[in-house]
Amino acid sequence: MNRRLFFSLLTAVPLALGLGGCQKTASDEIPVGEFASLTGKEATFGQSSHEGTVLAVEEINASGGVLGKKIRLITEDNSSKPGESANAVNKLIAKDNVVAVLGEVASSRSMEAAPICQSNKIPEISPSSTNPKVTETGDYIFRVCFIDPFQGTVMANFAMKTLKEHKVAIFTDVKSDYSKGLAKYFKEAFLKGGGQIVAELDYNGGDKDFKGQLTAIKAANPEGVFVPGYYTDAALICIQAREVGLTVPIYGGDGWESSKLTEIGKEAVEGTYFSTHYSPDAGGEKGKAFVAAYTKRFNHAPDAMAALGYDSAMILADAIKRAGSTDGPKIRDALAATKDFDAVTGKITINKQRDADKAAVILQVKDGKFKYIETIAP
Amino acid sequence: MDWFLQQLINGLALGAIYALIALGYTMVYGVLRFINFAHADVLMLGAFAAYYLAPHVEQLFGKSTVPTALTVMVLSAAICAVIGMTIEFLAYRPLRSRPRLAVLITAIGVSLFIEYTGQHEKVFGAATKPFPELLPEKEIIMGAMRCSSNDLVVLVLTAVLLVAMWFIVQRTKIGMAMRAVSFNEQAASLMGVNVNGIISFTFAIGSALAAIGGIFYSMRAPGIEPLMGVQPGLRAFIAAVLGGIGNLPGAALGGLVLGLIETFFGGMPGLSDYRDGIAFALLILILLFRPAGLLGKMQMEKV
Repeated sequence: MNRRLFFSLLTAVPLALGLGGCQKTASDEIPVGEFASLTGKEATFGQSSHEGTVLAVEEINASGGVLGKKIRLITEDNSSKPGESANAVNKLIAKDNVVAVLGEVASSRSMEAAPICQSNKIPEISPSSTNPKVTETGDYIFRVCFIDPFQGTVMANFAMKTLKEHKVAIFTDVKSDYSKGLAKYFKEAFLKGGGQIVAELDYNGGDKDFKGQLTAIKAANPEGVFVPGYYTDAALICIQAREVGLTVPIYGGDGWESSKLTEIGKEAVEGTYFSTHYSPDAGGEKGKAFVAAYTKRFNHAPDAMAALGYDSAMILADAIKRAGSTDGPKIRDALAATKDFDAVTGKITINKQRDADKAAVILQVKDGKFKYIETIAP
Repeated sequence: MDWFLQQLINGLALGAIYALIALGYTMVYGVLRFINFAHADVLMLGAFAAYYLAPHVEQLFGKSTVPTALTVMVLSAAICAVIGMTIEFLAYRPLRSRPRLAVLITAIGVSLFIEYTGQHEKVFGAATKPFPELLPEKEIIMGAMRCSSNDLVVLVLTAVLLVAMWFIVQRTKIGMAMRAVSFNEQAASLMGVNVNGIISFTFAIGSALAAIGGIFYSMRAPGIEPLMGVQPGLRAFIAAVLGGIGNLPGAALGGLVLGLIETFFGGMPGLSDYRDGIAFALLILILLFRPAGLLGKMQMEKV
């Protein structure tokens, strides 16, 4: 390359980039920001959620957009790292003038962006952060998934109504707030329904030996055991439960949803149940259309994160339509008024706490796969 | 009563694994007078060695058969013996004439090095891996009690290995050399004992025991990850101290006691999250009254 060409390129490239960056958003577009963990340790979650969001925006634009304008999705990657989400959201709001922000999967990163959105009066919608604290930051922060404690209530109802159990045991991971939250609400709902908790035992997340506790649980003769932990512990607990002769149904929450559960647990986890956000088999016209469209666009089946990412964009588009404006406070009011929105993951009503009131699905492990059993309404 | 006997079986099976691991701690301490903290990570390496060897060995002897299990165990033990000797050669030998504290800190360093290298995605990765079924497992049911055949295998094998260790230390020439090094390293060297060779041998045996302990531990809880050694390692170390460190039968007794305490308190509603706390409080109590451990005084022989 000759020197002159090199220098002209050297100056031309940043110039072109700079000009591109300075370009004002065309008035026939609505800029919507998204921050996601596209790389780093939670990349699989972030990618799924992002693909769902992309599909939703494409579908909205294909059907004419909102308020006669097309939605332009501007995505920033936070590499799953702390600190990066704040940078990304600052940039989206200050430079790209987005009207709303979508993100994130991880509660900690959603909470990092929340104060920035709140102080700029830009609504933030988290697709799948379940920690109750996420929406407590302020009245501009929403989510389209249910929160942790809700699953405890759901599983209590499932145990009582579907499995027809009256006496159950709870086995809690005392190291995890998630587990304790689920256990607390499970117990409340189960006692309220007239049931009886015959044994409450604890373990520490990461333990490998549970036989002492499981033998005690077995001695109390429960009809079922609720284990609101994470998949590795849950798989080992199921294995050792079968070894001490505890054969009653065992069930947990969405912490169980991982292929590792069946890889480690093998036949011991067969027949166990857990609650989660979404199942591609849950049916419904909307769900079927989504699975078909997603599979066609990305060549693989959607998971819960993808469905929630899709719903977050859809619920935003709906709110902008109803607000009739791209003004932050007006979108916020419209979002807060969302009622019975027909989403892929079920009917969504935004409650006073700006969390989604919606149904959970129950899955069962069958032949090493997760099989849809039923949907439980709040 | 059934409940009590069932917990007794659970506790003994868990304790036998702790005992197996504790033997390694106590052997190294007996000869070198320092705690090899990397022992817990050699245990993890033993489990991973078995994890990677099993698919190949299964092709020769079939899935979960006795020859498969034996071959995998012997090979993993051999691999870990070499690793143990290498650790001693690279990390501990250059510091042998330095203060004990330097070696102790180095041991912690080696332990962390192995753990975090193992967590790198190009090595083992941090995610839990399913451990293969090595032995055909049978359920033995006696009345209302049940016990896995693996638990019995662990108990018997621990007893056999304990007797073998005792035999090596007390009745063979190399054992006599070990006792000599333990008693006085310099004098032993003057008497023509190859001190470096004896210490390498001690590490090889200890690490082989760790590998077997790691495999049994993984058979009981078949999910393995690079930090899996930390918890059983810590408990086995406590077991070794409880029984009287440097004392072989003491290590076995300490392991069984700790396994039983953990299982019984783990099985009490309301106390289950304090089970480690109670185990360690009891440890402190025992050491207050018997500072040398349960068997520490009765047997003068060290190694």
